[in-house]
Amino acid sequence: MSLLSLAIWTPIVFGVVLLALGRDEQAGAVRWIALIGAVISFLVTLPLYGGFKIDTAAMQFVEKSMWIERFNVNYHLGVDGISLWFVLLTAFINVVVVIAGWEVITRRVNQYMGAFLILSGLMIGVFCALDGMLFYVFFEATLIPMYLIIGIWGGPNKIYAAFKFFLYTLLGSLLMLVALIFLYTKSGGSFDLLTWHKLPLSGTAQTLLFFSFFAAFAVKVPMWPVHTWLPDVHVEAPTGGSAVLAAIMLKLGAYGFLRFSMPIAPDASREWAWLMIALSLIAVVYVGLVAMVQKDMKKLVAYSSVAHMGFVTLGFFIFNTIGVSGGLVQMIAHGFVSAAMFLSIGVLYDRVHSREIASYGGVVNTMPKFTAFALLFAMANCGLPGTAGFVGEWMVILGAVKFNFWIGFASATALIFGAAYTLWMFKRVYLGPVANDHVRDLTDINAREFLMLAMLAVAVLYMGIYPKPFTDVMDVSVTELLRHVALSKLN
Amino acid sequence: MIDKLSWIAVYPEIVLLGMACLIAMADLFVTNPRRTATYALTMATLALVALLHGLYALGGQTIYAFGNMVVSDAMGNWLKCFTTIAVMVTLVYARPYAQVRDMLRGGELFTLGMFSLLGMSVMISGNNFLVIYLGLELLTLSSYALVALRRDNATATEAAMKYFVLGAMASGFLLYGLSMMYGATGTLDVNAVFKAVASGQVKHQVLVFGLVFVVAGLAFKLGVVPFHMWIPDVYQGAPTAITLLVAGAPKLAAFAIVIRLLVEGFLPLAFDWQQMLGVLAVASLFLGNLAAIAQTNLKRMLAFSTISQMGFVLLGLMAGVVNGNVLSAANAYSSSMFYIVTYVLTTLATFGVIMLLAREGFESEEISDFAGLNQRSPLYAGVMAVCMFSLAGIPPLVGFYAKLAVLQALVSSGQTSYLALAVFAVMMSLIGAFYYLRVVKVMYFDNPITATTVSAPLDVRAVLSMNGALVLILGIVPGGLMSLCANSIVQMLKT
Repeated sequence: MSLLSLAIWTPIVFGVVLLALGRDEQAGAVRWIALIGAVISFLVTLPLYGGFKIDTAAMQFVEKSMWIERFNVNYHLGVDGISLWFVLLTAFINVVVVIAGWEVITRRVNQYMGAFLILSGLMIGVFCALDGMLFYVFFEATLIPMYLIIGIWGGPNKIYAAFKFFLYTLLGSLLMLVALIFLYTKSGGSFDLLTWHKLPLSGTAQTLLFFSFFAAFAVKVPMWPVHTWLPDVHVEAPTGGSAVLAAIMLKLGAYGFLRFSMPIAPDASREWAWLMIALSLIAVVYVGLVAMVQKDMKKLVAYSSVAHMGFVTLGFFIFNTIGVSGGLVQMIAHGFVSAAMFLSIGVLYDRVHSREIASYGGVVNTMPKFTAFALLFAMANCGLPGTAGFVGEWMVILGAVKFNFWIGFASATALIFGAAYTLWMFKRVYLGPVANDHVRDLTDINAREFLMLAMLAVAVLYMGIYPKPFTDVMDVSVTELLRHVALSKLN
Repeated sequence: MIDKLSWIAVYPEIVLLGMACLIAMADLFVTNPRRTATYALTMATLALVALLHGLYALGGQTIYAFGNMVVSDAMGNWLKCFTTIAVMVTLVYARPYAQVRDMLRGGELFTLGMFSLLGMSVMISGNNFLVIYLGLELLTLSSYALVALRRDNATATEAAMKYFVLGAMASGFLLYGLSMMYGATGTLDVNAVFKAVASGQVKHQVLVFGLVFVVAGLAFKLGVVPFHMWIPDVYQGAPTAITLLVAGAPKLAAFAIVIRLLVEGFLPLAFDWQQMLGVLAVASLFLGNLAAIAQTNLKRMLAFSTISQMGFVLLGLMAGVVNGNVLSAANAYSSSMFYIVTYVLTTLATFGVIMLLAREGFESEEISDFAGLNQRSPLYAGVMAVCMFSLAGIPPLVGFYAKLAVLQALVSSGQTSYLALAVFAVMMSLIGAFYYLRVVKVMYFDNPITATTVSAPLDVRAVLSMNGALVLILGIVPGGLMSLCANSIVQMLKT
């Protein structure tokens, strides 16, 4: 079995074993098995980076075998510079999330851990799939564990959130399914993604395909105006669920734009780029403003996620190397930072059981170690140089300025909003005198929480100070993608 | 003269008939309230019959027997094999349920079950209007009696009455249509009818007039709008074990007669019946899905969900002939066959769980009865969840590939109207997802009303787990079953 299959199936197998383990009496053993499973799953992805050749845009670690003969669907896996980092990121976040749920989750621990491990395997599958149907199966299958995670371990309004999450995303992906079947018919019976990339298509067909994919991916990213599910879901989801949702699941949508929309319908992508840019700018500016007035910390970070993902889609649709690479770097950075932000909120929530900003104040007095981490992540969220958040945003703005000065200008001003809402929240929650008895009784983070935040802190700093390993990997693939998108496929 | 080949074609049915009579007799001497001996004999018989059908199907031969009255082909044999297994599984689930409801007092559950299976087999192998009708009546008469098996139960009796009246009317429709066809073509033989219709010598108006009645009769048996009225009442009113016996295996037989009559008999009239099926399918998808949302009774909800699922089956059937071109026929009909086989598989597990949770004096058929099932029994909650996600068409469960196959058949026809139908079907399945998810929600997110643990006999537990696992496994490796359906349909079309 080769590396990619191993990366996908190791967590799934561990997850299934956990589901079979049964009752809460063995919660301790369950947690350790989950951790071991997550760590092994992460370790098996490391050789992917080690063995990756950065000088080619071709797919690497390719596996291909017949899966459903009747429809010529292949079990076809491979990674290139665009997808490689997401495989590692997913496996990494999975480890953090397992640690985050350690003693917080006390009910049905095996199902919680099992759901996260299976979810992580499925998401890695999305990033590796080179067959349209395989991609769709992984893409959709992620809904099931996430639905259960939100619904079982979520907050008071969890059922509304779980349904909204499921039906909203299903609506988008069902249209994509029709598009995939249409491509299958057009290409003479093939679900192969690389074949589709070369398939000539008429202008109308491309436009229809572009919008079908848009329906699926824009909801997932989520782009304005179909972002409304995200704040509701984030607020109700358990901490781990929010972290995975923000860190990885949103990236599935953005990744879809690069893998499907742009190369399959390049002419339509160029034609409709103005729309994508406009929606991205609205997300960056308007949603940034919306974030500022939030009273709930999780909602604030959720809106900030929408704004940050706006940078990503903006970077993609200005069609230059630095913009697309910037978007990708921003995706990875946001993966670390948003996970860290949600886990930090989780740390506070576990102690006080409130997400309201107003319930806090002066946390620094009782939790100095924790506040240090929170400050770092807040800085990363507003894109301070030296943190992961800076690199991507800076690259996207640079690319945008190259494309059109005013677009670059508008996106750059958005950084100010980002800084404003993040730092203002930081001030209200952490700084100042101790606000109430709850805050006075807070205990600082324990070793487990320290480990979990430290892992993310190291990643955030490393990526901010030395982003070269990230950009190097992408370079050739991004250049090749843009070269492909620049060519017309009209026939 | 009846030659040796003729007998070979119906060996499994002969075994079934003989054993059914024998078991009916033997049961008179069984005193055990659990009817263990009857049960064991029935299971052994059905296993043997299923095996025989399976072997015939693997042999892949097409045999016409009794002067073209019956046919034994790959499609028929596979369907018969699946029907037999479905009846077996139904009886396994049904026994503990029936026992506490005093439905095992006579051995009727088993013998009538076997006779209804015989009816299905005859329907599937019939190659002659009368044989098909004969099989249909054998099936429905057994079913009427089964629905009324709890004769002291008011709702069951009411359901049986409704079923009988409406069923008799539908049989009348079908028979009337078939007699019109007979009058027009002068033959009852399906292949000869095909030739007569294809020759173009018969007046089109007469044929279409008869066809309307045939399609109406078939639509009733499949339970699609507007011939669906009996489905919710019978599903809800009948004892759950019998509901499954009516809702599971017979769907396969109904599909087989649709293929035998519409495709093998009236393919030259495809343009006409495809339009009729189109209307039925759209109405079923729409009404089935919307009505299901409003239900609080799980059995009734599943009844409406069946209506919408059958709409999907019809969509597959109507994509066969495009502009008089039959090239995509195999693709379209096999997608329907795959759909209905997987649908029956999922239905079995769903009703299996409902029966399992039912106890003495408690039916467990309200959706709220499933509250917190995950905390009482993760295994059965898992089986039910897998089935619900599969019916909703979420990958990687088998229901997704069924929908995929049908949608693919629609889209590949290249017609804009079919593409629009595909989008419509997709939107309807989004609505469908809502009420299936609601069942999952009740099981996983709500707190249990009772803390009683769920216990089941070993055979039920084993079969139910396997059934649930199969829904998932066929979702991960659906290729085999798909090719099987495709090959058998291709063979059927060749003849």
